[in-house]
Amino acid sequence: MSDDFVRSPPPGENRNPGSGRLFAEAWNSCLTAALFALLLFPLVAVRVDAIERTIAWRWGNLGWIAAAVFAISLAWRLRRRENVNRSTPSQPSPLDGEENGFREQGSALRYTGSPALEGRGWGAGGDATKPPLSPRSPRAAWLSTAIGLCAERPTVRHGAIVIGVAFALIMPLISSTYQVNVLTSALIAVILGLGLNIIVGLAGMLNLGYAAFTAVGAYAYALLNLHFHLGFWAALPAAGLVAAGFGLALGFPVLRLRGDYLAIVTLGFGEIVRLVLENWSALTNGPSGIANVPRPGLFGMELGLRGATIYLYFISFALAAGAATAVARLKNSRIGRAWVALREDETAAETMGIDRTRTKLAALALGAFFAGVAGVLFAARTTFVNPASFTFLESAMVLATVVLGGPGSVGGVVAAALVLVLLPEYLRPFAQYRMLVFGAALVLMMVLRARRALANHPGRPAQ
Amino acid sequence: MDYFLELFVSGLTRGSIYALIALGYTMVYGILGLINFAHGEIYMIGAFTGLIAATLLSWTGLPPLAVLLLAAAAAAAWAAAWGLAIERAAYRPLRGAPRLAPLISAIGMSILLQNFVLIAQTSDFVSFPALIPEIPWLAPFAAVIGSAEVVILLVTAAAMLGLTLFVRGTRTGRAMRAVAQDRTMALLCGVDVDRVIGVTFAVGSALAALGGVLIGSHVGQINFAIGFLAGIKAFTAAVLGGIGSIPGAVLGGFILGWTESFAAGYISSAYEDAFAFCLLVAILIVRPSGILGRSDAGRA
Repeated sequence: MSDDFVRSPPPGENRNPGSGRLFAEAWNSCLTAALFALLLFPLVAVRVDAIERTIAWRWGNLGWIAAAVFAISLAWRLRRRENVNRSTPSQPSPLDGEENGFREQGSALRYTGSPALEGRGWGAGGDATKPPLSPRSPRAAWLSTAIGLCAERPTVRHGAIVIGVAFALIMPLISSTYQVNVLTSALIAVILGLGLNIIVGLAGMLNLGYAAFTAVGAYAYALLNLHFHLGFWAALPAAGLVAAGFGLALGFPVLRLRGDYLAIVTLGFGEIVRLVLENWSALTNGPSGIANVPRPGLFGMELGLRGATIYLYFISFALAAGAATAVARLKNSRIGRAWVALREDETAAETMGIDRTRTKLAALALGAFFAGVAGVLFAARTTFVNPASFTFLESAMVLATVVLGGPGSVGGVVAAALVLVLLPEYLRPFAQYRMLVFGAALVLMMVLRARRALANHPGRPAQ
Repeated sequence: MDYFLELFVSGLTRGSIYALIALGYTMVYGILGLINFAHGEIYMIGAFTGLIAATLLSWTGLPPLAVLLLAAAAAAAWAAAWGLAIERAAYRPLRGAPRLAPLISAIGMSILLQNFVLIAQTSDFVSFPALIPEIPWLAPFAAVIGSAEVVILLVTAAAMLGLTLFVRGTRTGRAMRAVAQDRTMALLCGVDVDRVIGVTFAVGSALAALGGVLIGSHVGQINFAIGFLAGIKAFTAAVLGGIGSIPGAVLGGFILGWTESFAAGYISSAYEDAFAFCLLVAILIVRPSGILGRSDAGRA
């Protein structure tokens, strides 16, 4: 199988594959599909019940998957062949993995479609304009370049923000209560994404236990309300501060860890918090959680379900907007630059007089504060908290927001959070496949654009 | 005393399963510097494949032990293929990419595989037949050690011995050690690095699948989500022993198994999983290089 991936076609090969070539490619795709079918055979085609000793055969599924693999593989091969033919074939560097050589070559070629536009489009755009996922045809490249060009101009950008805000303000008034709830959870995801963006995107500390801070915020609100009858507005800053305190508590011991070790410690921390919430029944009521968390009130007025939902939406919107502004301003502030400097090179940054401990702790505490606030909103939205809402998967989702949006970018993270929450919501019919697609998207995103997405991200290359 | 011995044996059994999974983590980390997050899912897929193979085989009327061994072999073979496929699809394109990229790709792969099994098989717990036969002469000691535990320990010991001989004695094993020490130099000396990495993934995955079949048969039920917790714990074991070190992974597995077993037995069983995570956090903070690991400043 690896053979056909590394084969370099002879120069000057015919641009349109002849029927013989096509046949060869089809044969290779057939082999790929057969290998896939063999790999998937036990899990897809057989379902057993060991106690009843029954076996259900499901060949149909396997057939569909094999056909799909064949089609995708053939399309991929033909496209790659076309790409290679258009450029001058050169031997890829042996250390880099030949496949990458081809891919880089292929995409580099795409961009030359409109060299004049390209430089201004996303070459120097920085954070404001993200490169598109992968432009496939010249038209798509032109289109995304045009979008990039527009987004560069302040007037266009401000216009887009104004339209977005107006849209966001009118939306809840014209849509159903359910829709408003969905939009609120999207806004919560925006706040979470922005908070994690401070920790991962700006300060470069990979955190896989971010949901723990959200859990702390949500439980802080629920418990403060249960025991001390604290209202939403009093609990909001309090829960944020408690979460920030947890961020500091986590920060002190792990400051000297870096990269994947830090990621694993934060993952462990997240799981510990969840397990404690699950088992400390005296305080947290265990796995069944705390019910009847109140929605925010408006000067003691009775709002009704719809009114309260819309009110919470507007609160979330205001907080998300505030968070976006705060992060955008922080990015170019003294501390924001200190974060980026530490992310890029710790030693150099310390030489320039940046206090590593304080700067990193500030990032963790601030990121955790955002998560705590988002947790309060979450608890108020669902009026119920339980440990099952704060699993590793939630942390992974938020991380995906940051990675998809581009670490360090505010607009990108906002857009990614909206897409990642709203898209699955409106794909309910495919709910079963939601997480499957999500996982595949994470892998594809990395494989197709890792170099660009994480270009100025910390760390040495993985050897 | 019997209670202590019982906990000791159950910790040993648990630890040997952790060790089997941890070997895959540690070998891949030693060679690629990559935390293969999807490794726990391989263990889960191995358990499912073993279940399917065992049920199919039980129709042939073979003796239970033969069914167990054949099912374990089938699970190991398929898991090895899965390991190769995952490496090919999710990690190989990312060699030389920033360090965060393969980690996120691995997380994505883990989510993908979990949900694939959820859709392809079921979201419920599935009962796993007890494949391990009762050993008659063990009956007097039944309170302390069951025959399932004896079989698990024997199979694990055999697998580890085999792995040690493979890494120490064969050409491929030597190539693996060379690539772990210095990938570029190994490449210059004519080692087919891609093949060595493929073999590493295949061997690690096969061991994890073996662990999956054994634990499935011992515990009696599996579901699509068992891989996550087992994976994290095995990673803890690998880090505890010093990641990159094969004896370290085994030692770490046993220590973790005993910690969990004794803590659950004497302190509280509700926090069983939390002890593992606390141990993980504590080691990484106090001694990131682990018990048998080389201290390597760049890694921490």
